[in-house]
Amino acid sequence: MLKIWSMKQQQQRDANAEGAAGTKKKKVTAAQLRVQKDLAELEGTLGKTMRTSFPDPNDILNFTLTIEPDEGMYKGGTFHFNFAINQNFPHDPPKVKCTQKIYHPNIDLEGNVCLNILREDWKPVLNLNAVIVGLQFLFLEPNASDPLNKEAAEDLRSNREGFKRNVRTSMGGGSVKGEHYERVIGR
Amino acid sequence: MVIMANGVEPSRKRWTYLDNFLNKPGPTTDPNWVPGEVTINGLETSKVLVIGAGGLGCEILKNLALSGFKDIHEADTIDVSNLNRQFLFREADVGKSKAECAAAFVEKRVKGVKITPYNGKIQDKDEDYYLQFQMIVCGLDSIEARRWINATLVGMVDMENPESLKPLIDGGTEGFKGQARVILPSMSSCIECQLDLHAPRAAVPLCTLATIPRQPAHCIEWAHIIAWEEHRKGEVLDTDDPEHITWLYQKASARAQEFNIPGVTYSMTQGVVKNIIPAIASTNAIIAASCCNEAFKIATGCNPWLNNYIQYSGDEGIFTYTFEMEQKEDCPVCGNLARNLTVDPNMTLQDFIDSLGDRAEAQLKKPTLRSEEKSLYSQFPASLREQTAPNLSKKLSELVVNGEEIAVSDPAFAISFKYKLIFSS
Repeated sequence: MLKIWSMKQQQQRDANAEGAAGTKKKKVTAAQLRVQKDLAELEGTLGKTMRTSFPDPNDILNFTLTIEPDEGMYKGGTFHFNFAINQNFPHDPPKVKCTQKIYHPNIDLEGNVCLNILREDWKPVLNLNAVIVGLQFLFLEPNASDPLNKEAAEDLRSNREGFKRNVRTSMGGGSVKGEHYERVIGR
Repeated sequence: MVIMANGVEPSRKRWTYLDNFLNKPGPTTDPNWVPGEVTINGLETSKVLVIGAGGLGCEILKNLALSGFKDIHEADTIDVSNLNRQFLFREADVGKSKAECAAAFVEKRVKGVKITPYNGKIQDKDEDYYLQFQMIVCGLDSIEARRWINATLVGMVDMENPESLKPLIDGGTEGFKGQARVILPSMSSCIECQLDLHAPRAAVPLCTLATIPRQPAHCIEWAHIIAWEEHRKGEVLDTDDPEHITWLYQKASARAQEFNIPGVTYSMTQGVVKNIIPAIASTNAIIAASCCNEAFKIATGCNPWLNNYIQYSGDEGIFTYTFEMEQKEDCPVCGNLARNLTVDPNMTLQDFIDSLGDRAEAQLKKPTLRSEEKSLYSQFPASLREQTAPNLSKKLSELVVNGEEIAVSDPAFAISFKYKLIFSS
C-alpha cells in the first residue's frame, strides 16, 4: 500500500500540479457536467421555434422543451416535452415525454415518443442536441412506418389530406375518431 | 506471533500455502518488499469493503476470507429474487438481508474472520465511512453504483493524506464473459474513463412493442412500459412485488395470445422486467478469483498487481487479454481534479467570472458555472440565463460555502474546469 502512495507522490511531482484536495462537500456529478456541456451546445439549435424552461433553475436535469413548428402540418401548435435525465446519463438516454395528448403517428396518447435515439439507438456519444433535433423532425416529417398511434399512422398512410385535416382538428382541441385531443394552438 | 523459530505456529496451519508467498520474495517481488510478520500483519489488519453480495459478491467474500483477510465489510441491499449461483444463501434466507446472511455464513466457515454487513445504499455513506478501508472490491451489476463509488474515491484523494487513496478493484460478468480491473483513483484510468466500454442495454423500438410484437419479450416489455402507464398511472412499479409481476405477466400473456406468440412465462416476465443478466457460476468464480488475487497482492505487496484491465471470454474455448487502459484526458471524473482557488468571499460572482479570464488555463469566453446544488450562472439556454443572471451581483459567500467545489465549462473547451473555492480570511 505504501508503494502506491509513493507512486502517487512521484506522479504528482512530475505533473507539478496543485493539490487535489479532498472535501466533505458535495461535488458536481458527472451527469450534471455532461448536461451543462450539452445545454451550452444548444445555442444555435433552439432558434426561434424551440425554447426550454427550467421549473427549478438549480436542477438542470429536469426541464421542459417547447416546440412551435413554423412549417409543416403542425405549424402554429405549441408542444411541450418533459425531459427527465438521471444520474446515469449519458449511459442512459434522457426520458422524454410529451405532456399533452396529441394526434401524431409517432407519439401515443400517454405522451410516449417513438424516436430511435431515445431508446434502441441511444449511445453515450449522442447528446441533447441530437434528441432535440430528432423531436423537431417528428413534427416536420411524421412517419407512418414507426407507429405508436396506430390510427394516426393509418390515416397518414392511406389519406394524407385527411390526415392533415385530422391534425388541424386535433390541434384545435377537437375529436378525431372518438378520441378527444388537447388544444395546442394559441387562443 | 506468526512464525515460530522451528516451524509453523499451530493456528496458522490453515495458511501454510499463503505464508509461502508472504515469508520469502519471489522473482517478480519488489526489491524493497519486507517479507514475514510485518506483511502478514498488514494483511490481517487490512479493512476491505466488498460492494455487492450477488453471484460475484458471494465468491469475492469467500475468496477474501480464504486469502487471509480478517476484517471484511460488505454492502448490499435487499433483493428477494435469484438466489441461484449465490451459494451463501439458503431457502430460509429469502427476504432477509443478503449482506447479513452472507456475513453469517462465511464467519461460520472461516474461523477468525470478521465480516461486518451493511445493508443499505452505498450512496448514503459519506467519505468518512470509505476512509476507514484500505481498498474497495466491487462485484456489482449496476453501472450507476460503479460510477458513484468511482467518483467518490477519486474525489477523496488528498495529497496531504496518504490514507486517502483507496485502490478500487472492479469485477463484472455477463454470461460467459467477464472483466476485472484495478483502479488507482486519480492515478490510473477510472470507471468514468472507460464508460463507453459498457454496451448499452439492448432495447426494442417502442413502435415495435406497440404495434408488431414478434417475441415473447416484446409482449412483456409492452406490459412493462405501455400497459402499466395506461392502467396504473402514478403507481411506482416495484419489481420485487409479486402482485406487480403477476399483473405484468397476465397483461403480457393476453397480448402474446392476441398476436399468437408462445412462450411468455412468469419467470421470463421477472427476467425481462428486472433486466436479469444471465450469469454463469463458473464465470463468476473466475472473475472473483482474479479480483481477490489483486486484492491480496495490493494488500501484501508480495507481487506486482494487475496493470490494469483483464478481459475474459469463455464462450468459445478460453480467451483472456490483459492490457493497460489509459486515463482519458477529458474524463469528467479524473481528467481534471479540482484545483484550490483562494477567493475573497465578498467578491461578486460577476467579478469572479471576470477574474477567471485572467487564468492561463481558463481563457473563457462564455463560462457556465455550477455547484452540486446550484446553477450559479448559465450562459445558455436563454431561459436559464435569465433565471441565473440575478446571481451575478451576489457575493460568492451567498452562493457557495467555504471549500465548495464548482465546475466551470465553456464552449471553447471540451473539458470542464473544477475549482475548490477557499475563502480568504
